[in-house]
Amino acid sequence: MSLTDLRTTTGHVVGRVEDVPPGEGRAFVAGGTQIAVFRLRDGSLHATQAACPHAGGPLADGQTDVDVLVCPLHLYAYRWSDGAATSGATGVRVYPVREVDGDLVVDV
Amino acid sequence: MTAVLGGRPAGLTTLHLADDDTDSRARLVVVGNGMAGARLVEEVLERGGGEQFRITVFGDEPHGNYNRIMLSPVLAGEEHEDDIVLNSHDWYADNGVALRAGVRIERIDTAAKLVHADDGSVTAYDHLVLATGSRSFIPPMTGVRRADGSLLSGVFGFRTIDETRAMLDAVQGETVRGEEAPVGGAPRRAVVLGGGLLGLEAARALQGHGMQVDLVHAAPSLMNAQLDAEAGAILKRSVEELGITVHLDVLATEVVGTDRVRGVLLADGRRLDADLLVVAAGIRPNTDVAVVSGLEVQRAVVVDDQLRTDDPDVYAIGECAQHRGEVYGLVAPAWEHATVLADVLTGADPTAEYHGSRTATKLKVAGVDVATMGINTPERDEDEFLVISEPKRGVHLSVVIRDDKLVGATLLGDTRKVAFLTQAFDRGAPLPEERIRLLVDLTDGAEEVGVAEMPGDSQVCNCNGVSKAAICEVVADGCSSVSGVMDRTRAGKGCGSCKSLVRQIVEWAADGDLAEDAAASYYVPGIPLAKPQLMAAIREQDLRSVSAVFAALAPGGQDDARSKMGLTSLLRMIWGSEYVQENDAKFINDRVHANIQRDGTFSVVPQMKGGVTTPAQLRRIADVAEKYEVPMVKVTGGQRIDLLGVRKEDLPAMWDDLGMPSGYAYGKSFRTVKTCVGSDFCRFGLDDSTQLGIDLETRFQGIESPAKIKMAVVGCPRNCAEAYVKDVGVVAVGSGRWEVYVGGAAGASVRKGDLLATVDSPEAVIELTGRFLQYYRENANWLERTYDFVPRIGLERIKQVLLEDGEGIVADLDAGLQRSVDAYTDPWGQDGRQPATPGQFRPALPLVALPQVPVR
Repeated sequence: MSLTDLRTTTGHVVGRVEDVPPGEGRAFVAGGTQIAVFRLRDGSLHATQAACPHAGGPLADGQTDVDVLVCPLHLYAYRWSDGAATSGATGVRVYPVREVDGDLVVDV
Repeated sequence: MTAVLGGRPAGLTTLHLADDDTDSRARLVVVGNGMAGARLVEEVLERGGGEQFRITVFGDEPHGNYNRIMLSPVLAGEEHEDDIVLNSHDWYADNGVALRAGVRIERIDTAAKLVHADDGSVTAYDHLVLATGSRSFIPPMTGVRRADGSLLSGVFGFRTIDETRAMLDAVQGETVRGEEAPVGGAPRRAVVLGGGLLGLEAARALQGHGMQVDLVHAAPSLMNAQLDAEAGAILKRSVEELGITVHLDVLATEVVGTDRVRGVLLADGRRLDADLLVVAAGIRPNTDVAVVSGLEVQRAVVVDDQLRTDDPDVYAIGECAQHRGEVYGLVAPAWEHATVLADVLTGADPTAEYHGSRTATKLKVAGVDVATMGINTPERDEDEFLVISEPKRGVHLSVVIRDDKLVGATLLGDTRKVAFLTQAFDRGAPLPEERIRLLVDLTDGAEEVGVAEMPGDSQVCNCNGVSKAAICEVVADGCSSVSGVMDRTRAGKGCGSCKSLVRQIVEWAADGDLAEDAAASYYVPGIPLAKPQLMAAIREQDLRSVSAVFAALAPGGQDDARSKMGLTSLLRMIWGSEYVQENDAKFINDRVHANIQRDGTFSVVPQMKGGVTTPAQLRRIADVAEKYEVPMVKVTGGQRIDLLGVRKEDLPAMWDDLGMPSGYAYGKSFRTVKTCVGSDFCRFGLDDSTQLGIDLETRFQGIESPAKIKMAVVGCPRNCAEAYVKDVGVVAVGSGRWEVYVGGAAGASVRKGDLLATVDSPEAVIELTGRFLQYYRENANWLERTYDFVPRIGLERIKQVLLEDGEGIVADLDAGLQRSVDAYTDPWGQDGRQPATPGQFRPALPLVALPQVPVR
C-alpha cells in the first residue's frame, strides 16, 4: 500500500512482468480493484477489468491477439483500443498499464 | 408367464356398488378392451360420461389395456412389458368402470338387450359397443394345428402380449455366445410367415436375439399393401443386409414336426428348418359374436357414419368395423371412431359423423424408416407421378398428384419430408410448382420452412437468442457476409446447429447482394488458407508452433485469437511430440486440462475407460470430493464421474490425490467410449463390448481432433450404450462380427450413424476406427463434427478411401495416427508436477463473488 503510494499517486504495482507469461493474462488486485493484465507476444501490455461484463467470465483466462481479448465463457471479444465489444454489447473498462523496472504498474 | 399385465395385487377385487334398482344411469357395455374399446371409454369419461353411464368393459385377455403397437419392441427386448400398459386395472376401478377381464362375450340378444359371456353371466345393456378387434390369420397349412385345433408347439401368432411372452420364453437362453442350443432346448432358427409390417418386425426382433431368421412372403414384394414393387425391392435389400433371409412369391404349404415345429415346407418343394414359426400373414376382424347375433357382417361388422350397426343400440369401432366398405388395420382410424362415437353417445355432439380416414403412417420397420399415405401408384391417366429411387442408399421416394392435390406418397429410407407431405395430404395444401421440392430440399436440406415465410420474430439462434429480424437488420445495415453477420449478432456462435439457417437468411436478406465469403473456406479465420493448403504450407516451411504459423502465413504476420485453438490442434496432429507447445495458443480448458464452468471454476473428470470403475477408484474419488469440498459430484452422459465447481488453484493437488489420468472431458479431442455390459453379464450380449470399449479408449486417449469425438460399443443391437448416435459406434451382431457406424450424433443435431463396415474381429474394429479417425482429423474443418463431415464427404467416398484404399493413403493414415498415439502423455501427470507456465493455476478472479451455480 505504502510502496504503491510512493511510486505514483494513481499507479499500483501489481506484480512482476514475468508473472504474466507471453500471450497470456493473469488477474491481480490493484488498490482493491480486480484487474486482468495481459502481456502479448509483441511485448505490449494491456489491462482490463477482470470479470466479463456479459456474464462475469474470468477474462484473465481468455485468449488474445493484437486487436482483441476473447472471454473464455461465451467468446465475447473486446478491443484493446477502447474496451468496446466487437458485437456491440457492453464493453470492458481498460486501464493504463506499463512496466517500470520489471514491475507491472497499473493506473486505477 | 401368467402375470396379469396392468393387474392389481392378488386379493384385491373391485367392489361393485352399482345397484340396478337405484342407479338411474344408462348401461353402456363395451365388448373388447383393446386400443379401440379402452379409448372409447376414455373419450366417454372425458365428456362427463361417468355421470350418464354405468360402464362395463369385457376383455377376453386377463390384462388391463396395453399398447399393442409396442409388442414388437417388447419382443425385441427394447421395451419392458410393464411400460406398454395404457390403463391398469386400477384405472378402471378409479374411474368407476367395471372391467371384466378374461371374460369373453359369446352372444348378444339384441331383442332383450343382453350379452351372454363364456362364464355363464348375462349382462344387460342400453348401449352396446363392439370393439373386438382382429386376430392373426393362420393360413391353411398341413400340420399347423394339433388334433384339438390348437397351434402346434412352437407356432405363434403375433397379436397379444401372451403370444409375445411365449415367444420370448422360447428364445430365452438362446443368446449364449457360440454355444449350440441343447437338444430340445432353446431354438436357433425361426421362420416368419408374412412380409408385412408385423412379420418384418417379428423377424428383426428374433434376429436381434441371435436367431437365424427366414422370412417367407406370399406376394412378390415386401409390404406390398403399402409399397410399390420397386420400393418393396429396396426394402428387401435393407432387410437382407440385416442378415435376414427373404423368400418372396412363395407359399408355405406344410408345417413339419409332430410334437413341435421342426420346419416348414414351401410350395416350390424347399424345406426350411425352424425351431420357431411366427405367423404374421395378416389379420381377420373378430366378427363371430356379431355373426351369431344376427348383425350385418360383410368383411367386418357394417356400420354407418355414426358407427351404428343395423341394430340401433349396437355400435362397432376399430378393426372389427367396416365403414363405407373400408376396414382399417391401424390405430389412428380406431381412435377417430372412438372420438366420434363418444360425441354421439354422450350427446356432446349428437350429429357427429365419421367420414373415413385418410391413412398416413410413419413407422420404422426392421430399422428402416417408412412413411406412406394414400395411394402408391398412379391410377388415372392424368395423375402425376414422381419417383426418386436410390437403391444403393436404400432410399425410394414417390408422390402421386391429382388435380394439383397430393393423393399419395411413399417414403422409404428417408422420411425428412413427411411433415410437409402429411399436411399437404390431409389439408390439400397447395403444392410447389417444381414437384421435386415435395421430395427434396433443394436448399441443401436444412429447413422445411422457406426463410422468406419465417416471421421476423421467430428465433433463429436459440443459444444466443437471435431472431430473423435481428439478422435482417444487420444485413440492412450494410453487413453482407455470413461470417460478418455471425460476428455482429452472435447467431450461430453457440452450439452452431443453426449456421445453415443463418446462412440462408443472410442470403435471402441480402437478395443476391452477398459479399463473396472467401473466409468460409478457411480452416481458421486468421489464416487465408483452406485446410489442405494450410497443412502443406506448415509441412513445407516446417512450422512447429502457432506463433511461427502466424508469422509465416497470416496477413501482416498478425496473430488472431479465434484461430489459435484450431491451429494448436492442427499442429499437434501434424507434428505429434515434435510440436512446440505455446500455452497462450490454447483455450483455457486445454491450458489447465479441465472444463471451465460459468462461475470460472472447473470440472474434473478422471478417465474411466469404457465406464468401468472399481471400488478403490470410487473411494478415492469420494475422498477427493470431500477433501476439496466439491459442490457437485455427477455421473456424466459419457459414463464417467464429474467433479464440478473445482477451484483452478486446487487442480494440481486434486489430480495428485486422485492418481488417475485425465478423461479429456474438456478438449476438442477424443473423449470417451461408452459401453454396455456386453457378454460377461448381460443375457442378450453377443460379444465383449466392454473390453473392446476399454481397448478403443486406451488406444485413442487424448488424441486431438477438429471437434470432440465420442464413441460407444454395444454388445447387441439393443444399443444400450447408444452406439448408433456416436461419432464412431460399434455394434456386436453375433458370430464375432461387429458393425462400425460413423457420423452419428445425439446433441443439438440428432443423426443416426452410417454403417461404414461390418468386420469380424475387435482388432479390425480398432484398425478401421483409427483410419476413420485419422481421415477425419486430416480432412475435417475446425469444429466440424463427424455428423457434418461424413455427409459432406459422402459415405461411399469414405468407404472407398478407408476400405478399398481408393486413394492409396491408408498406410499414411495408419502412420499418422500412430504418431499421435505415441505422443500421448497424461496432462495431469505432467503439468500437475511442473506447471507449463508461471501462474498456470493461479485464480483468475480472486475477489469478486461471481454468480454461483446453485448447489443441489
